[in-house]
Formats: sequence, C-alpha cells, structure tokens
Amino acid sequence: MTTQPTAYTFAEKALARAAGVSSLRAGDIVDVTPDLIFSHDNSAAIRRTFLEIGASRIARPDRIAITLDHAVPAPTTEHAQNHAEIRAWVQEQGIAHFFEVGRGICHQVISEEALILPGETIFGSDSHTPHFGWLGAFGAGVGRTEMAALWATGTLWWRVPETMRITLDGALRPGVTAKDIALRIIGDRGVEGGDYRAVEFAGNTLSSLSLDERPVLPNMMAEFGAMSAYMPPDQTVFDYLDMRREQRGGHDTNGRHEWRPYSAIYPDADAIYADEYQLDVSRLEPQIALPHSPANVVPLSQAVGQPVQQAFLGTCTNGRYEDLEAAARVLKGRHVRIRFVINPASSQVMLKAAQTGVLATLIEAGAAINTPGCGPCMGNHMGIPAPDEQTISSGNRNFKGRMGTASAGIYLASPYVVAASALTGCITDPAEFLV
Amino acid sequence: MSTHRVWVYGDNVNTDVIFPGKYTYTLKAKEEIASKALEDLDPTFAASVLPGDVIIAGRNWGNGSSREQAVTALKFCGVRAIIAESFGGIYLRNCINQGILPIVCAGVREVIRTGETVEIDIEQAEVRAAGQIFTFPRLSPSVQAIYDAGGLVPMLAARFQTT
Repeated sequence: MTTQPTAYTFAEKALARAAGVSSLRAGDIVDVTPDLIFSHDNSAAIRRTFLEIGASRIARPDRIAITLDHAVPAPTTEHAQNHAEIRAWVQEQGIAHFFEVGRGICHQVISEEALILPGETIFGSDSHTPHFGWLGAFGAGVGRTEMAALWATGTLWWRVPETMRITLDGALRPGVTAKDIALRIIGDRGVEGGDYRAVEFAGNTLSSLSLDERPVLPNMMAEFGAMSAYMPPDQTVFDYLDMRREQRGGHDTNGRHEWRPYSAIYPDADAIYADEYQLDVSRLEPQIALPHSPANVVPLSQAVGQPVQQAFLGTCTNGRYEDLEAAARVLKGRHVRIRFVINPASSQVMLKAAQTGVLATLIEAGAAINTPGCGPCMGNHMGIPAPDEQTISSGNRNFKGRMGTASAGIYLASPYVVAASALTGCITDPAEFLV
Repeated sequence: MSTHRVWVYGDNVNTDVIFPGKYTYTLKAKEEIASKALEDLDPTFAASVLPGDVIIAGRNWGNGSSREQAVTALKFCGVRAIIAESFGGIYLRNCINQGILPIVCAGVREVIRTGETVEIDIEQAEVRAAGQIFTFPRLSPSVQAIYDAGGLVPMLAARFQTT
C-alpha cells in the first residue's frame, strides 16, 4: 500500500492559496485570483480586448499596477497616443497604481513600491514576471488577452506546474555575479531547460546575494523557459519590504490604505521535484551568451577580443544601483572607447546613483544616460544598432533582431563585462580593471 | 477531418523572429500585423501564406516574449493550427486563448516538407502525413472549452452578455 505524499512544492502551496483551496497538485487546472496584476505600454491594447469582451468596469482596480516603461519618453506620435489612451483609462477606471514615464521598469518599480509580498501571486503581461520570485512570490507572465480577462473577472485559468529545483552552493569569486550563474544554468540546460515548470532556488549561495543581485536569477528564468521562479525569502527581504512600505506611506495613488498582512510560504523538505540542477558557484568564472540565443553561453575567456560597437547597461535584469556601481568601479578615472548607453531600471536607482557619485563617474567616463525604463532592450528606441553592429548588453535576451536590427548581434553578460568592454571596444575580462 | 498545406520550421523558434518587438506597440490593423509574421525567420511567409495553412515545427516553438502578436500575426494570416514537438509555455496559452489549436506532436516534421499537405482529425486526435498516423494528446476539458468557444474573448463575451 502506498501512502499519499503530503509534501508540497512552493508553486503548489502558493497557487492553492491564490485559488482559495486547501491543496493542489501539479497538473491540476484551477481558477486563480492573483493578489496583483500589472501591465505596461501594452495596456492600451489590453483595453481594446477588455471592451471586446463586453466588460465595462475593471473587477479589482485596487489590485492593478500599470507602468509606462517600454517606450518612454514616447519616441513617436503613435507611442505618445498609446500612452495618452492608457492615462485616460487609468483615470476612468480608478486604477490604483499608475507609474508615469521615467519612474522605471515594471518589475523594478513594483518591487520598490512593495506592491507584491512573500507568498502572494502576481501575473503580469510581461514574460519577465518570474522576477518576483526574489520576494518569495509566485510570478508568471501572461498574454494580453489573459490580462484583459483578469481585468474583467479578477481570475484566470491556470495549470499547476511541476517544479524543478536549482541548488546553488558556495561563494562567488569577486567580479562574478548572479548574472553569470543564470547564464551558466541556461547554457547548460538550454532555453527549454525550464520546460514551463516552476523553478525553486535553494542552497547556501542565495543568502550571500545582495538584494540588487537576487532578482537576476528568477528574472532570467524567463530565458530558461520556466513559468515561474522562487527564492526562499529571508529576513533581509522582510526588512526591505518593511522599509519600502514605510517610505511609500502605505497608501495607493487613490489615498487608500494598502498594507496587506502577508505570510511567507516555503516548500516542504520532502517535496517532489520533476528535475534537479546543482551548481558549485565558487569555481564559476564570468560567462557570456553569444548571438543569437541566451543559451549560446561560453566562459568569457572564449569570447575575449571580439569587437563590439555599442555597450548597453540596463533592463529589469541588470539595471539596478549595484549594477551601475559595478560599472563605475570599472570606469572610474577612465574613458570609454565606444558608445555606452545606460538606462537605470528606475528613478530611485538613478537618484541613488546621483547621490553617491556613481552617476558622475559614469558621465565623466563618457556614458550616455537615458531615461529610466526598458530603453533599447526590445528595439523600440534609445540605442538601436546599425546593421551588422555588435552590442554587449547587461540584458536578458539576444534573439536575432531583438534590439531592432536583424543583422546586428547581441552579447549578454554582467555589468562588469559590459563596462570593461565599453572601455576597449571589444569583449573584455573586467579583472584587469578591478584591482 | 481537414487537409492543410504546411510550412515546416525547426527547433527553438522564438517570439522575436515570429513577430519583432519593434512593432508591438504601433501596429494595430490585422493586415499590418499579419504582414510582419515570421519577418526575421522566413521573409517569404507573409506574402505567400494562404488561409488554412498550418505550421509544423520542432521543439519549443514560440519561446521568449509573452507578446500575443506572435500568435495573432499567424491567426490573421489564416493559420488555424500549429503542430510542434513542444511549445513555449506562454505561447501555448496564447494559442488556446486566441482559438488557434496547438497540437503537441513529435515526428511530423521529419516526414514532411514545406508546401506538402497534412490531414488533421481533431476528433480522433490524429495527424496524418506522408502515409503515417501521428497521435497527439487531447486538451483537458476546461481548456478544450476555451478552444471550442473560439478563444478566451468569445468565451467571456458570452458570459458578459448573459449577466
């Protein structure tokens, strides 16, 4: 006789909570009510689908965030009109959390505003929504039609995923970052390695990662083909959220009280995993993804010397304060040889960099600072490469044509590597600039 | 059962080559969106695709972005089904929600070339190509209901009309 296992993964527990049922297993299909949903510049298109459904009022306007970030400030009349439609809609529907041009990238801003909390579920019409696993939340990307359905009903059909556990042990060497870990995982297992499962990170490396580094791992799991990704939240995360809620004053843009109690969720020790991956990060060297796939990963040493014509620092993956600070460490007292485009991930990132002198170091070194937002990452504006040019980027995706030019190549690496390559005009190991 | 002309592609075809990101916020008309389908993968596709054509692909078709135009661009070209060994997760959801049938089926790609035809039998959950029969898993009942309604919008629209 076999006994029914009683151990659950994080995804099973979090989705059971969001579905309002006592327990769920991988493979179950349920209606889920997320704690927060968000969209960005695609909100105007979502509105059109919402109206097509025949709905008139948004079901839970207090649980919606909209961030203008993908093409800001508007590069064309069409984009400006798109933004104008969204602003009018936010007013009309009383959407609680709206962030204007320049506030920053959705994932970064929602984290800074502590709008999603440990154990909660968040759906965004953006593929990098697994990002919120850094706070111990269940985050997943959805399509525009699904977001329209969420606006209309507050719920969405969802299949509970199987879970893959990724265990990271050891301490990173100086100059090696969470980005290098993420690239190594994707390089080892490929862009379909996540198989639309949930990923749970585990191991003693996690607590040694700074708050700015942690989001890199779940964020990059979008490139791994994972549905969601989770890191067990610790006291550092709880303290961060307390501090952020204190700063925000605990009220939404309509002046309503917005402090929800929360309860972190952890997987059971004997939960069953569909797949496992283990990495001792103490021996890891810097990694780089070559064009045109995030899985086309080699140790940096194998790519050193390849010429690049543009360097780009930013994105939801690596546009935070410590990423700018890492670049400033490399650039201090030196000057770039190629154009170096920087988009801070948020206004708060940019402000802190201004206050600490990091921004001055970057500008003195010749960097071009853009408005906080997604910048050139998906080829809208602010740094489109010329045909056949190569860009070294701190972003997450180097698909052919991603930055707007099909014949241009994109290399993905850490902020250290991006800054070092900006100095030389070729792929460069930052070690020599970090002594 | 229905007969379809096919377009055959490989593994890991991502959303950006199915529908480039630079068009995602500006193109709104169906014809415009359709005209960019597979622009960076197969520039001949948009000009010569015919309504009823089917895509045949390898593993992980549609990985990458959540952008729904990577499904709707094909839908607006008249594509009604995609047969792949596996799909990117969000892409598969987008297919269901748009009323495009995602058929998870290995082996078809090996026996057929672009321009040839396959037969799809949804009731029997079978694809017939080059004299061979390939079976595929049926959708679960709740997901099948969304597909049968023509997608998530028509399903919800029926609900909102009756309330």
